[in-house]
Amino acid sequence: MDLSVKWLKDYVDRDYDIKKLCYDLTMTGSKVEGYETEGENIKNVVVGKLLSVVPHENSDHLVVCQVDVGKGEPIQIVTGAQNVKAGDIVPVALDGSDLPGGVHIKKGKLRGVESNGMLCSLGELGLTKHDFPYAIEDGIFILQEDCKIGQDIQSAIGLNDTSIEFEITSNRPDCLSVIGLARETAATYGMKFEEPNPQYKGVDGDITEKINVVIENEKLCRRYIGGYVKNVRIGPSPRWLRERLRASGVRPINNLVDITNYVMLEYGQPMHAFDARFIKGNEIHVRNAREGESITTLDGTVRELSPEMLVIADAEKPVAVAGVMGGEYSGIMDDTVDVIFESASFDGASVRRTARKLGMRTDSSARFEKGLDPRLCEPAILRAFELVEMLDCGEVLNTKIDRFPNPPKNGEVDFTPDWINRFLGTDIPAEKMVEYLERIGFKVNNGKISVPYYRIDIESKADIAEEVARFYGYNNLEGTDLRGVANAKLTPAQVLTRKLESACTALGLYEIETFSFISPKYYDKINLPENSSLRNSVKILNPLGEDTSVMRTTVLPSMCEVLARNYNYRNPEAKLFELGSEYIPTVEGSLPEEPQRLAIGVYGGESDFYSVKGIVESIFEALNICDVDYARAEGDCGFGETAMFHPGRSAVASVDGKNIAIFGEIHPDVLENYGIGTKAYAAKINVSELLEIIPAEKTYKPLPKFPAATRDISMICDDETPVATLEKLIKTAVGPILEKLSLFDVYKGEQIAEGKKSVAFSLVMRSKDATLTDDQADAAMKRVRKALGGTGVEVR
Amino acid sequence: MKQALERIEQAAKKELSEIRDSKELEALRIKFLGKKGDLSAIMKDMAKLSAEERPVIGQIANKVRTDISEAIEKRAEELKAAASELKLKEERLDVTLPGRAPKLGKLHPLDSVMREIEDIFIGMGFDIASGPEVEYDYYNFEALNLPPDHPARDTQDTFYISDKILLRTQTSPIQVRVMEKKKPPIRIVAPGRVYRSDAVDATHSPLFHQIEGLVVDKGITMTDLVGISKMFIERLYGENLKIRLRPHHFPFTEPSAEVDMECFNCGGKGCSMCKGEGYIELWGSGMVHPKVLRNCGIDPEEYSGFAFGMGLERLVMRKYGITDLRLLYENDLRFLEQF
Repeated sequence: MDLSVKWLKDYVDRDYDIKKLCYDLTMTGSKVEGYETEGENIKNVVVGKLLSVVPHENSDHLVVCQVDVGKGEPIQIVTGAQNVKAGDIVPVALDGSDLPGGVHIKKGKLRGVESNGMLCSLGELGLTKHDFPYAIEDGIFILQEDCKIGQDIQSAIGLNDTSIEFEITSNRPDCLSVIGLARETAATYGMKFEEPNPQYKGVDGDITEKINVVIENEKLCRRYIGGYVKNVRIGPSPRWLRERLRASGVRPINNLVDITNYVMLEYGQPMHAFDARFIKGNEIHVRNAREGESITTLDGTVRELSPEMLVIADAEKPVAVAGVMGGEYSGIMDDTVDVIFESASFDGASVRRTARKLGMRTDSSARFEKGLDPRLCEPAILRAFELVEMLDCGEVLNTKIDRFPNPPKNGEVDFTPDWINRFLGTDIPAEKMVEYLERIGFKVNNGKISVPYYRIDIESKADIAEEVARFYGYNNLEGTDLRGVANAKLTPAQVLTRKLESACTALGLYEIETFSFISPKYYDKINLPENSSLRNSVKILNPLGEDTSVMRTTVLPSMCEVLARNYNYRNPEAKLFELGSEYIPTVEGSLPEEPQRLAIGVYGGESDFYSVKGIVESIFEALNICDVDYARAEGDCGFGETAMFHPGRSAVASVDGKNIAIFGEIHPDVLENYGIGTKAYAAKINVSELLEIIPAEKTYKPLPKFPAATRDISMICDDETPVATLEKLIKTAVGPILEKLSLFDVYKGEQIAEGKKSVAFSLVMRSKDATLTDDQADAAMKRVRKALGGTGVEVR
Repeated sequence: MKQALERIEQAAKKELSEIRDSKELEALRIKFLGKKGDLSAIMKDMAKLSAEERPVIGQIANKVRTDISEAIEKRAEELKAAASELKLKEERLDVTLPGRAPKLGKLHPLDSVMREIEDIFIGMGFDIASGPEVEYDYYNFEALNLPPDHPARDTQDTFYISDKILLRTQTSPIQVRVMEKKKPPIRIVAPGRVYRSDAVDATHSPLFHQIEGLVVDKGITMTDLVGISKMFIERLYGENLKIRLRPHHFPFTEPSAEVDMECFNCGGKGCSMCKGEGYIELWGSGMVHPKVLRNCGIDPEEYSGFAFGMGLERLVMRKYGITDLRLLYENDLRFLEQF
């Protein structure tokens, strides 16, 4: 909402310091976004009179003018404009003047003839033909204003208003009007606000002979007032009115249309004017649109209507979309004779839905959708009548049609000063509260507050508390401390998140944040099979684009994207992690599950399969999870992403038979899909599932009292035999005295037969009760050799 | 014989001064003090001496032996010190060469600031609550006093999954879920991702983070909200920055207030960070609307509360002087390494 300060002064006359006004209104709740004084970027431009206009001696298209600028001697200016003649009054940019757009004018010579400034067009002053309809666009602006030679152009053409831009919140449609903001201004400064009381004389005539109005849907139209103006004289509005519209950001059109806009800006009540000639059957029906109906709106666009939309129709067809925009066909034209004024009240939700569906939000719909009281219709139309007579542009019938099936009563709220003070934490005397409330038009009587009709937002004592606080001053509220003991702590899931974050950063991983929505194409990029259940994502009905159209069912493609991006930025290595959610659809109409996942991505440096496995192992260690089993990632391993990994270099980690992580080298095809030209590795850990696995407490194990016995063992086995199988055999064979089993060599090649490998372990054995004898250790090794031998492993 | 002993001592001391290393020193020790050494050779002649002379010469001989031993020991220490000095000198390193410690990773700036804020609130007795990002319209809007077709819904362009399910546009639905489950006293903050249908540019993102707070108890006042705002700013910025409250409107609070804080960059004088205002927006806040309490099964006659919420991205951008929001979601390592 842009407010003209001149207009404000009509209602609350004060000597305003604009900056302070903006601050003070912001502090009582009408937030100012900024302000602009018209013509403030124009300097040293004055009204001049052309004394003579003669052709330029060296040019066919230039003329030389002698101009009286009110400084005694006339000055000489050369111009290329064709529309000037002696006697014209024009804007003159003097030597050293500024024009909008950073243009600076200095004296100089044009084709050898001295020119001491510039004659200005509308455009050069930042104006358009709408501001001064009598002027031409492509020529010098010949002033028809009542002004003096030498006068500053700003004051001469009324470019000295200040326009303040407000951010009006959706609960205060009353402040989308000059009067509403004037009320707030008066209340802010403790001044009395005189409610306007528009008056008109009218001419005799029975409107019911001219037109009939039927509200067919009383739920969506709570009131409809029709007025009739005969013998209108369409033309431009007077300057003061055009200036007001301009300062409010509305384009002047013609006097009748301008009046409806003026009233909307002043009262906040949208109005409409129809050309009575085009209202077929002289009937106005407020009804729902019929299937298949359409209308060409004032902006010249054909709009398809649907039955939930409310329209204003004549006997045949819609002539306006109720509360949104009028029809082109029945709009005011230069030859319009009789005009029907509409001041009506339409249901906000309905207007909002219609405007959204038609894709046109107008000044009118923006006001209706916030809710306007039907009692606003009457003062608005009376003001329109008053303006018609003031502008002398038509004859207003002294009767009007007012369809108002269910007039509402003023709202009433209990006046509870003690509660308000308890609620706010203040000690404001009740009389002071009454004073604040009366300033904004509330009436307090016998413990009841009567709410003025235009304050649709006031329903409860909390609303009253806000009104009191606003004028008491929010900044007079002293801070107090919360009382009582609060026992705050992190939940186990939050503790786990923080542990994972510190483990990952300690392992050299950088955290990333990626979008939760992805393109369905990402599933192709990570080679998900066509029938993968991971392709069943939660879909966004109205996405910004395909790239962000589904909620991811796997965190891994986002990680691959980031790896690719860093690779493209030529970052030589990357070690990344993300703690993010996946969104797994459940049943129709229910919310998806949002399990938390840890994604890891690595390329470059000394990374290989085992370094990524090492990261995964270290994370489990940080969480005190021991006994993790690793198996090749294949088949039904609990992860749908196996196809994005190298089949021979990917694994699944499990604890107690539950698969909790997948990791490995990214499949070469997937790397190619992402344009990553180096080997890269990824891992995904099911964080939500970890919560059930993590041991609750750690227990201390006494340090060993007796020495250990160490034995090494080396063997040759099939290349295909997993080391984990050998480890299991050894562990079982040795039994509880095995303290540590570590692999120290795997060898293939010379001296080892094709398809075989040599594997060597070191065993540390210890008894907790006594020193382990050599015999005991040797016996254990004998068991190991026997166990291994039984599976065809050749112990060396 | 006495002279012979003195000669030996002099010779030993002279040779000692020319010794270069421990090997030569050992040879010298053997030469003078060894079993077949010079001193021993002379001592063999002791028997020839008279009984009177023997103890005198014996004493002298012992002294010569002690003196030489001490001199050798002293020389040995000198040599050790020299050798050690030489070794230290040889082992001198270029200390400006880079270290070889394992490289630490870092948290994303959004996350590290979020943790900082969470910790401040935990210290003030707030639990951390969470809720689903794909949320029912009821929790995101209706229960928060935003019925269908409420005009304030326009300010939060919403991604819909169905007519009843959406991507939450704010963290406020978490408040509702907490209030439904827990009786007051309630003191929580709710951080998380929120979604709005804004195209990506330097200041907008369809996904961003909010952190929201809620306090409900008997006798909670608007001045308590002012108190918490001041305390939070003091903990986050460590200074006594002034705050300013402006009336505003949120459908789920009444009265509602925008809380501004004095610009930490210029101390209120006006700078580019606060766009010359001297103040920057901290959070939107207000007293929980009685309708919202009632929707959650809490009697507004018995309890009252306040809520506040802020966006994380803007706070992080201001903290680090980041001017383009897109950097936060691009995850370029050259960016992430800086925090």
